[in-house]
Amino acid sequence: MKVAISASEPGMSASVDPRFGRAHCFVVIDLESGALATSDNTISQSAAHGAGIQAAKTVVEAGARTVITGKVGPKALAALQAAHVDVYQCSGGTVQQAVERWWKGSLTKVTAATV
Amino acid sequence: MRIAVASGKGGAGKTTIATSLAVIAAERGLTTTFLDCDVEEPNGHLFLHPALCQKQVVNVPVPQLDEKTCRDHGVCGRCGQACHFSAIVCLGDVVVVNPDLCHGCGACILACPANALKEVPHRTGVVESGQAGALRFAQGLLDVGQAMASPVIRRVKEWGAQEVPAGLTIVDAPPGTACPTVEAVRGSDFVLLVVEATPFGLHDAALAADTLEALGVRAAAVLNRVDRFVEAGRGITEFGGAILRGTMPVLARIPADRQVAEAYARGQMPIGVVPRFRQAMERLLTRLLEVARREAA
Ligand code: SF4
Ligand code: SF4
Repeated sequence: MKVAISASEPGMSASVDPRFGRAHCFVVIDLESGALATSDNTISQSAAHGAGIQAAKTVVEAGARTVITGKVGPKALAALQAAHVDVYQCSGGTVQQAVERWWKGSLTKVTAATV
Repeated sequence: MRIAVASGKGGAGKTTIATSLAVIAAERGLTTTFLDCDVEEPNGHLFLHPALCQKQVVNVPVPQLDEKTCRDHGVCGRCGQACHFSAIVCLGDVVVVNPDLCHGCGACILACPANALKEVPHRTGVVESGQAGALRFAQGLLDVGQAMASPVIRRVKEWGAQEVPAGLTIVDAPPGTACPTVEAVRGSDFVLLVVEATPFGLHDAALAADTLEALGVRAAAVLNRVDRFVEAGRGITEFGGAILRGTMPVLARIPADRQVAEAYARGQMPIGVVPRFRQAMERLLTRLLEVARREAA
């Protein structure tokens, strides 16, 4: 089970990037092995259109089944839902704190676009 | 002859100048067509009051997925690799189509080895056309929420292209430097760049001038709403590039004029109520046609 968090830089102490589509990168944590990886999101960041969809593709390809981010647009959310990825909203804090809050069940699941 | 009227930013006075030139050209007996290609906010009609009797829906051909055929081919993902616009993406074992982002290029359909995609029409806007006095008139109207302006602009131009060879076509292009502007300007014999003589206006005009240069279209500028600030020479250097290099002649300087602004705000054509503005537009049209004909020859 992998979870991807939109982040401003690699690592657990990075702050959560409030943007999904134009996030700097995604920190991908494998909860079984504890392995940490980073997925670059620069292609989406510079896209004129469809950044959210590209970002969705990035996290799906990284194998994530859960995404924790700030705001997610309608197209990206639809794409993530089609790929059976759950999205949780988290504002502020570090990647570490976001994962802990999600693990404790204190983050809300996003069911409608938040931008 | 097709002349596009463009601007680096909105509110520079492009529509006022474009409609004025078109009306004066028609008064001079030229067969004149006005094409409002500012499809996100076409407002030439507010001044020209056309009778719009024809309406054409504009569709973009977007891919439709046959999920079963796709699955039978193992969701190979080639369609998503072919698309430059993220309008079709392959996410693991699902293919997601976003018609709103689709440019209708057909690349995904060609790329699919399974014939799992077929083209279906997706509405993006309408073209309305008719007559405004002596002017032939058409405008494109992008549907709310649609992002694909270019196909609508293309159709407006196609409507206009059924023109009499000796006629003049004025294209009101969308402001800016992005795809819609490029599409509106493409195929024009000449471009008149309306430059608002403020630091913002000059900055954006410089970008527009670079775009036109890159496109290889001949252009000239008209400085609009000139006041003491610009006359004093500040800011004008920021328009830098093209004007200073002399590649873009300045055909006219239109002073800032409260009466013109008032007429505009009332929805009146300023050439109808402000004689000095009419004279300025008369002179501008004469010079524009001279320069454009010389460049086109
Ligand atoms: S037609 Fe072109 S733009 Fe549309 S989805 Fe296919 S490849 Fe993408
Ligand atoms: S190219 Fe065709 S078969 Fe392959 S994923 Fe796309 S639609 Fe499915």
